[in-house]
Amino acid sequence: MVNPIIKLENLNFYYGVVKALSNITMNFNRNCVTAIIGPSGCGKSTLLRLLNRMNDLIDNTRVEGKVEIDGKDIYSNNVDPVEVRKKVGMVFQKPNPFPKSIYKNIAFGPKINRLARGSKLDDLVEESLKAAALWDEVKDILHHSAMELSGGQQQRLCIARALAMKPEILLMDEPTSALDPISTARIEDLIEDLKEKYSIIIVTHNMQQAARISDFTAFLYLGQLIEYDKTEKIFTNPSNKKTEDYITGRFG
Amino acid sequence: MDKNPIRSHYDDKLNHIKEQLVYMAGLVEKSVEDAVKSLITSDSDLAKKVIEGDDEIDLLELKIEDESIKLLALRQPAARDLRFITTAIKINAHLERIADMAGNIAERAIKLSTQPPIKPYIDIPHMARITQWMIKTSLDAFINEDPALAEKVRNEDQKIDKLNEQVFRELITFMMEDPKTITRAIYIMGISKNLERIADHAETIAEMVVYMVTGKSVRHQREK
Repeated sequence: MVNPIIKLENLNFYYGVVKALSNITMNFNRNCVTAIIGPSGCGKSTLLRLLNRMNDLIDNTRVEGKVEIDGKDIYSNNVDPVEVRKKVGMVFQKPNPFPKSIYKNIAFGPKINRLARGSKLDDLVEESLKAAALWDEVKDILHHSAMELSGGQQQRLCIARALAMKPEILLMDEPTSALDPISTARIEDLIEDLKEKYSIIIVTHNMQQAARISDFTAFLYLGQLIEYDKTEKIFTNPSNKKTEDYITGRFG
Repeated sequence: MDKNPIRSHYDDKLNHIKEQLVYMAGLVEKSVEDAVKSLITSDSDLAKKVIEGDDEIDLLELKIEDESIKLLALRQPAARDLRFITTAIKINAHLERIADMAGNIAERAIKLSTQPPIKPYIDIPHMARITQWMIKTSLDAFINEDPALAEKVRNEDQKIDKLNEQVFRELITFMMEDPKTITRAIYIMGISKNLERIADHAETIAEMVVYMVTGKSVRHQREK
């Protein structure tokens, strides 16, 4: 696996005394889609949230080990988590647009971070909406409320909002689980387009989705990384029996 | 396939395909046996039965293919299930071709049944026994998911190739010595060639079993 963007080394994570992740060592590759799969409670979302320090927001948690992004440990003392989150965008299970206009949803982040203003901000909004394959549908209603959009459009708006911050990495936590099949297909297609510019890590319960869109798949079980390999290998001939049993629906 | 409460209906469907393939293989094996028997005993009635029996095998082929495609579409099998179902689809097609070849042998047996044999049949029954064993054993390897058994089938194919060459050489000698034997000799050559092809199909089935169980393809790797 060449050219990693994220390196995890002996990563352990605790909720109080409960160890949720155990000794995870793996690299995430640049400009690839990596899927994290595994049964409920296996630590998928926990692992994802460790990559942009979202777990910092939960009390009584503890991280051990290293998470390096572009060679820099994001958990070292002098790192500002807000800076990490600028570099590592996130999209959640349910679309969560701000109750503001479509334009303001996208412009909010860049504006408060002074990334752009005036006509440059307009350009950034357009560029982000285009990258999220939403521009054609909303270009004439930019100042309408984002809440008027359909669920699938709202989710693409959230992706556009994340992209406006010019992240390098995009984390997606079950981004299509609340969407219908057509909206899901659009997002999946978008993910494949986005990997040219971004490194994408997606948590999904839908194994066929992992098979369709990811280049690499990591299988987690009870907080441990059981198998991590090219997606085509995982879905045709996995090396570990637990992986095989999980993806063929024998347990989970 | 082991019974699992999470996916018992799915397993039932996979097992049903497996059972039908085993049944079909039994019919196919019998066709080859009867076709060669009809040749040796000049029994044209038995040969006709072989030809008529092909219809049932054709129907089974369509049914197994249909069930397999539905399973692919509706269940999106992965890993060993995926390798099982793709292997089953291919074995299905190979078995059907073997049955067609048994039919070809039977047709030639009918033509030869009205004429005296050139010589007693020795190599052809020998080839038939080996090919039947290959069909049966490749299917046993499939049912038991046994790649070692499949390897044994692969090793037998060379014997068949040698016997086929031997039959050809011998028949050419007969034809050169007595041109009146040419028509009969050509029919027998056809039978030998069909048996050789049947063995090739059985060998391919065995190779696919190795893939199904191990995920590694061993086809097209034997030294020529």
